[in-house]
Amino acid sequence: MMKRTLLIAAAALGLSAPAFAAGETPVPPQLKWSFQGPFGTFDRAQLQRGFKVYREVCASCHGLTYVAFRNLAEPGGPEFSEAQVKALAAEYKIQDGPNEAGDMFERPGRPADRFPAPFPNENAAAAANGGKAPPDLSLMAKARTYERGFPWFITDVFRQYSENGADYLVALLNGYEEAPAGFTVPQGGHYNKYYPGHVIAMPKPLSDGQVEYPKNEAGQPQAPETVDQYARDVTAFLTWTAEPHLEARKRLGFQVMLFLIVLAGLLYFTKKKIWARVGGEVDGHATPPMTHNP
Amino acid sequence: MAETTTHVAEPTRRDFLYIATGAAAAVGGATLVWPFIQSLAPDAATKAAGAPVEVDLTPIAEGQIVKIFWRGNLIFIRHRSAQEIKAAQDVNVASLRDPQADSERVKNGKDQWLVVYGNCTHLGCVPLGNAGEYNGWFCPCHGSVFDTSGRVRGGPAPINLPIPPYSFVSDTKLIIGQEATA
Amino acid sequence: MSQHSTTYVPKSAFGRWFESRLPIAGLVHSSFVAFPVPRNLTYFWTFGAILVFMLVSQIVTGVFLAMYYTPNAAMAFQSVEHIMRDVNYGWLIRYLHANGASMFFIAVYIHIFRNFYYGSYKAPREVLYILGVIIFILMMATAFMGYVLPWGQMSFWGATVITNLFSAIPVVGETIVHYLWGGYSVGNPTLNRFFSLHYLLPFMIAGVVILHIWALHVPGQNNPTGIPIKSGKDAVPFTPYATIKDIFAVVVFMIFFAYWVFYIPNYLGHADNYIPANPAVTPAHIVPEWYFLPFYAILRAIPDKLGGVIAMFSAILIWVFMPWLDTSKVRSTAYRPLYKQFFWVFVAVCVLLGWLGSRPAEGWYVIASQICTVYYFAHFLIVLPVLGFVERPLPLPNSILESVMGVQKGGAGMPAGANAEPQSKG
Repeated sequence: MMKRTLLIAAAALGLSAPAFAAGETPVPPQLKWSFQGPFGTFDRAQLQRGFKVYREVCASCHGLTYVAFRNLAEPGGPEFSEAQVKALAAEYKIQDGPNEAGDMFERPGRPADRFPAPFPNENAAAAANGGKAPPDLSLMAKARTYERGFPWFITDVFRQYSENGADYLVALLNGYEEAPAGFTVPQGGHYNKYYPGHVIAMPKPLSDGQVEYPKNEAGQPQAPETVDQYARDVTAFLTWTAEPHLEARKRLGFQVMLFLIVLAGLLYFTKKKIWARVGGEVDGHATPPMTHNP
Repeated sequence: MAETTTHVAEPTRRDFLYIATGAAAAVGGATLVWPFIQSLAPDAATKAAGAPVEVDLTPIAEGQIVKIFWRGNLIFIRHRSAQEIKAAQDVNVASLRDPQADSERVKNGKDQWLVVYGNCTHLGCVPLGNAGEYNGWFCPCHGSVFDTSGRVRGGPAPINLPIPPYSFVSDTKLIIGQEATA
Repeated sequence: MSQHSTTYVPKSAFGRWFESRLPIAGLVHSSFVAFPVPRNLTYFWTFGAILVFMLVSQIVTGVFLAMYYTPNAAMAFQSVEHIMRDVNYGWLIRYLHANGASMFFIAVYIHIFRNFYYGSYKAPREVLYILGVIIFILMMATAFMGYVLPWGQMSFWGATVITNLFSAIPVVGETIVHYLWGGYSVGNPTLNRFFSLHYLLPFMIAGVVILHIWALHVPGQNNPTGIPIKSGKDAVPFTPYATIKDIFAVVVFMIFFAYWVFYIPNYLGHADNYIPANPAVTPAHIVPEWYFLPFYAILRAIPDKLGGVIAMFSAILIWVFMPWLDTSKVRSTAYRPLYKQFFWVFVAVCVLLGWLGSRPAEGWYVIASQICTVYYFAHFLIVLPVLGFVERPLPLPNSILESVMGVQKGGAGMPAGANAEPQSKG
């Protein structure tokens, strides 16, 4: 824990930068997430803020095409109200058709619709963004990771560390900085500390104060309106879009584990009882044989 | 045998253990089946897509039958003429196979609009409109005959064409899949 | 299954009527009830039952997934997401299936190395063992094709790399690859046929499993001492003794399985496979699923295309010859002090190869892979044959009972004379 805090501090202060020569990518700091661990759940307010960041910043270029508006109201997610989702969906134009005349037409979205893609196709997306199509974000938190290496990939199993995608995304969004001396960033590229190869097509998307957060009773924003907070919130939201049944999975998992452990216990004693009929279980072999024969 | 001694010594505990283990395994097995069976039910997308649909009635001319789909089911919307309404009303209800007055099959004051499911109640074929002895529907598969109220009048179909849930939003707009809340 | 001298007599009149027409109850009784099991089997012998459970689990979850999946290059990825998001418990069924493949391989590797350690492959179980190798090869083919179906980046590029192996075959290689693809690159026809075969192969595995179990029931099970059952006191009836132990082991394995499914379901997969297939961009590191890694390392260790392919396939096919390459008279490694050391070195080399397979093919990784590959083959071609002549094994116990009952009073066991292992012939 201490080590991790130090690591985060080091990363925040930029102390780790000189340790990495050009071409080397620093390891994203491991953050604390509400959804990590066997009983993790999403923070609803965070998901709602994250959605706001997505909508106001990312959505102009990045799609969310596997997510339907109705998902936003489903349990285990941001849990907006049905009415909010209906109103939100209606703000989007969805292509439908053909009608009787054979024409495609646009209509207001319904909760059952999925988020429309910002560009009609990948080529259009690439053409509008300097030749590189901005990827869809629905699965981003599961589609990105970073190298864990030995022995961490083994300890991850026991720690249930599966937030590597989320940690990477936050690091990436915070990772824009001036290119170090001697590093030439090609035309249309941007220097990012955490992006493999350091040259990313996406310009720095977030800046402090860019998105207005809901106010609490004291009239203060619910969370700091900073790049780091925006990055964490939008990442939490994208973790939910990538794994919408995460809460149900962990909840069911606990019940299943509990049941199986009880069943295994019962079976163990049943087995002992049955084997007692033949004088108990005797495993294996004696080596070398019979040296301790009475 | 060792078994005999244990058996005599602790009969109840031994039986309890076996029964508890067997019961736990049975409960576990049955629970394991549940998600698989549940997965067969309509999924979330299908359910959401089954939301009520709005139909604009203005383009439907008198005498015309329009087909629309709700939840993947075919629905006929028939704009009945005065003559067809009269034919539907002037029937001895008691003589029908599935006795139902025309007034029970349309919304009050909207006699000209008949909304029925578009699959024959025999085995699910789509009957032809404005056809058959009563000029209602005629099913080409097995010869069922329906009148202008969608009631069965001949052939093997056992019951009338069912009415889906629907309500009028205005005089020219109806919503299928949702009954009026009032 | 082979014991036709069954003494099973159904209790009911209907049972006797049916049994005289189809003696299936007697078959089950002789194979899974009365069948004599060495009484000293360890939990390593429960992996057969665990593997049967995994096969059934994969088939059941797979059949359900096939109801919701669309094997079309344009829709496959989306249909998997549909399963994950919209289908009721779809996420559970898919994670069970995806992680189930890994669990299946974990169990099969333990099963295989148990067989290596206790000499289960040796006479008279050669056919039983070779059937096992065939099952393993079918499993690899099934797993590989299954991984292609989600049509993510790793699916696509894995399919490209593995099918391209066949292009190494002289003269006809390219034609074979085009036949595999159904086109000039991996595409929709490839996906469609892989889906078909991925559905078919598990049933072929089930068929070979039946043969495998049949072949097991001829000589009976090996055991930690490697010496055959000599009297009824060496054995216990399969039911209830082995049955209850197997069920217990299966449930413990299910706990292990559930941990992955519910808590780290994507750990064993690749992040790249959540990116839809893109024929224009290759992922930075193409890595197969973990269970292929040792073989993948052998493939890359050889700097020649055809040579690498031959080495990789030989690495599995050499297993077939093990019963004859091993010249030792003693089955169980427990009585082979020298071989025991070589065995663990071999295990370490296999694990190391697996790790090397996940590393980029550069620098000392390549050299290490080459050293390990040489040792891998040397184990089969040099260690196994030579050790049989050089090694002086420890004295064997006279019977299983003597081995395990050294400090314990004898139990009831099987009725005397219920079984005599036909192994004495071999």
